[in-house]
Amino acid sequence: MSTDSAPAPQGNIAEDQRPRIAVSALTTNLREYGLIIALIVIMLFFQFTTSGTLFKPVNLSNLVQQNSFIIVMALGMLLVIVSGYIDLSVGSVAGFIGALAANMMVIWQLGPLSNPLVVSIVCLIVGGLIGAAQGYWIAYHRIPSFIVTLAGMLIFRGICQALLGGGSSVGPLPDGFKALSSGFIPDVIGPLTLIPPTVNAAGKTIVGSGLTLHMTTVVLGLIAVLAYAYFGVRTRRKRERHGYEAEPFPLFVVKTLVASALALFLVYEFASYRGLPVVLLVMGVLISLFVFVTKRMTIGRRIYAMGGNPKAAQLSGINTERLTLLVFINMGVLSALGGLIIAARLGQAVPAAGLGSELDVIAAVFIGGASAMGGVGQVIGAVVGGFIMGVMNNGMSIMGVNVDWQQVVKGLVLLGAVIFDVYNKNKA
Amino acid sequence: MTSTILEMRDITKTFPGVKALSNVNLSVEEGEIHAVVGENGAGKSTLMKVLSGVYPAGTYEGQIIFQGQECQFKGIHDSEHKGIVIIHQELALVPMLSIAENIFLGNEHAKYGMIDWDANEARTSALLKKVGLKEDPKTLITNIGVGKQQLVEIAKALSKEVKLLILDEPTASLSEKDSQALLDLLLEFKRQGMTSILISHKLNEVNRVADKVTVIRDGRTIETLAKKDISEDRIITSMVGRSLDDRYPPREPKIGEVVFEVKNWSVYHPIHAERQVIKGIDINVRKGEVVGIAGLMGAGRTEFAMSLFGRSYGRHIRGEVLLKGKPIDVSSVSKAVEHGIAYVTEDRKTYGLNLIDHIKHNITLANLGGVSRHSVIDDLGELAVANDYRKKTNIRASSVYQMTGNLSGGNQQKVVLSKWLFADPDLLILDEPTRGIDVGAKYEIYTIIARLASEGKAIVVISSEMPELLGITDRIYVMNEGRIVGEMPAADASQEKIMRAIVRGEGKAA
Repeated sequence: MSTDSAPAPQGNIAEDQRPRIAVSALTTNLREYGLIIALIVIMLFFQFTTSGTLFKPVNLSNLVQQNSFIIVMALGMLLVIVSGYIDLSVGSVAGFIGALAANMMVIWQLGPLSNPLVVSIVCLIVGGLIGAAQGYWIAYHRIPSFIVTLAGMLIFRGICQALLGGGSSVGPLPDGFKALSSGFIPDVIGPLTLIPPTVNAAGKTIVGSGLTLHMTTVVLGLIAVLAYAYFGVRTRRKRERHGYEAEPFPLFVVKTLVASALALFLVYEFASYRGLPVVLLVMGVLISLFVFVTKRMTIGRRIYAMGGNPKAAQLSGINTERLTLLVFINMGVLSALGGLIIAARLGQAVPAAGLGSELDVIAAVFIGGASAMGGVGQVIGAVVGGFIMGVMNNGMSIMGVNVDWQQVVKGLVLLGAVIFDVYNKNKA
Repeated sequence: MTSTILEMRDITKTFPGVKALSNVNLSVEEGEIHAVVGENGAGKSTLMKVLSGVYPAGTYEGQIIFQGQECQFKGIHDSEHKGIVIIHQELALVPMLSIAENIFLGNEHAKYGMIDWDANEARTSALLKKVGLKEDPKTLITNIGVGKQQLVEIAKALSKEVKLLILDEPTASLSEKDSQALLDLLLEFKRQGMTSILISHKLNEVNRVADKVTVIRDGRTIETLAKKDISEDRIITSMVGRSLDDRYPPREPKIGEVVFEVKNWSVYHPIHAERQVIKGIDINVRKGEVVGIAGLMGAGRTEFAMSLFGRSYGRHIRGEVLLKGKPIDVSSVSKAVEHGIAYVTEDRKTYGLNLIDHIKHNITLANLGGVSRHSVIDDLGELAVANDYRKKTNIRASSVYQMTGNLSGGNQQKVVLSKWLFADPDLLILDEPTRGIDVGAKYEIYTIIARLASEGKAIVVISSEMPELLGITDRIYVMNEGRIVGEMPAADASQEKIMRAIVRGEGKAA
């Protein structure tokens, strides 16, 4: 008999399990923790090099508004890459949708159909149709996704430019639409003035002085943090009730406290400026939804299985063709949303909107730890990856680093992150 | 006057945990066709890999003496240099290159790196004539059939001034007509004085062309038969002569009514549309019964099972599947699973597991509905299921969070089994369930099979290991070339009987 079949001492396994789970809880999440720590280190670095500009409330709001479309599209791209595909067309689709939205609202005079909300819904549907059209060839005719979406990238950039009549831009877009990107949630509770603003000799208030909090933002933030802690404790309780060892209590407490402190700090920052940006709220809802879908829903599980071993997934009864189609429809809808956010931020549709952003989106997903072979990757990873790219863009711009060198640095960070991943995997 | 061209003395080759060859001796005389026969896994191919340098000198023990010289081959290049050329079971041609390009691949007529195409094509034409293949040297490999591809392989071998030609199961994927043509060609080469070694388990072919037969069993040379002693009976006895001991758990079969029936099932090859792979198969399985399907490699057993399981193989599938007397639709995997059919694949790494995910996720994959409500997975319920099956099938791992890619073959197989047990099938088809796993783990798999049968499941076991089928099944179907050529209660069956059924079936086909 070989060692494989030698009867294992059963008692030992049960006893060994506790410390091992504790260790594995740490090691399996090390990638995620490491990534978040990297983001914090990068932020502190730029906070220092920009002499405190990075964390200024106005800059944080800017940072969110500038990068939200990358993160929204990265959510879709994560599923595409986990499934074992790639989508190069997202930047062009975003540009096309922006042009379509601007034309519907400004040029075409569609009456009630020009309402920003109606336009947005139509645009999301069109995005889904584009995703379906590309996904159809990939799923049912097995054309490599690289090729189909490369074609899509050319096609939709072309249509985008044609819609804008060559090289011009279309605008200005209605304020109601622009609120999607540059708006803040209304303060239904009313502001709380902690330190009254300084009044100068002329009787006018000095901008930026004093401290007034956007109370709706504060309340929302507190609710979110309390909910996070509550669900954390509840899950722990449930595990223990069923006799499973949860992660060690001190680790849990530290994790919850650190996460809550970070969240409250950000809430304070936003509340002391103009409140929670609308786009951050949209993003937050989407991120929670995608975390839930990938971690808890059967469709998420199936996507990971398909990316990990498509043949085994198929032979386990998973309809891999339909699943692939759905993944690309989802990507199309999120590309459209990305396009709307870009147009809303610029206040107009321009031919170059979203140009090259597919590369930022893909880079965010890979920095976030996804594998190019499929089957591996986390939503939180992609989001943090997106923020790392965003903070670097923002920080280097404030520092006055030339755009050319910004690209070099971003390239090195992408390469470094993936090398770090591969090195870690080989070591394990 | 004949002389010995090749002598292999006391060859012993060990893989981690397995002794693949143990003191094998083989002596081949100049100008003869020497057949090497044995069951799947007996060590034939390993022996030829030792000979051709695929396993370089130093990784095995023993001596190879070729044309009176002791040889220490470090790779295929060395053995080819001496004139030993092996044609593998799986053809090694590049499909999108032409015949001429393939024949001279890596060996082109060239000057300063510039290929002389005219010389290549002229030489190719001459070689093709020798093997009797009428094709333009510029034809792409992908555009000619398997039989012709085999001839191209032989022409490629001839281009290397071959002194000893080794053919590993050359007719495994050929039609009857192509096989005959190939054997005739071998005889023609013999008349021209070439020596060849033919590895085969098709005994009628061996009978027809071989001058001598060496039988290998369990990595040992059993005997070498001279022409006058060669008979199918003699070879069969020699090939399978091993005794059954208590390698199988005891069980008391409780067999009920027929649960599952397949009627007149036929399937065509997915690419070569004219080739019928499965030719009208009828089988049935009863409640609590373990049914075996015996046959040699290439008999179509896996193709049969996969075509049944949601049409995962083949085209133009016809026939009827009945579950408890009612016809059912098995046109997709999910429908087959819904109707209570499960199929554990032959190749667990390629088709069975997500190797980059852990045990828990693999176990529940085929029945996510069983651990979720409204498509939301119940984490703790899933963990309980995974732990439960880990205990039931005795998967040895630190926890259910261990990656399946890091498990041993036996434990991987238990994970795949658990996955399908959790899907709660009525009919479980197991394709080579113990391939590549060690004796202890095999026993555990047999125990699980016996327990499932006693719980009233219907089980089909496809296996190339005849002792295994005799040891664990109640009834055995013998399959050959896409047909059922025999059916017998396991109690009356023997390896000789199964072999005879296969050989008789082959005779019919010819």
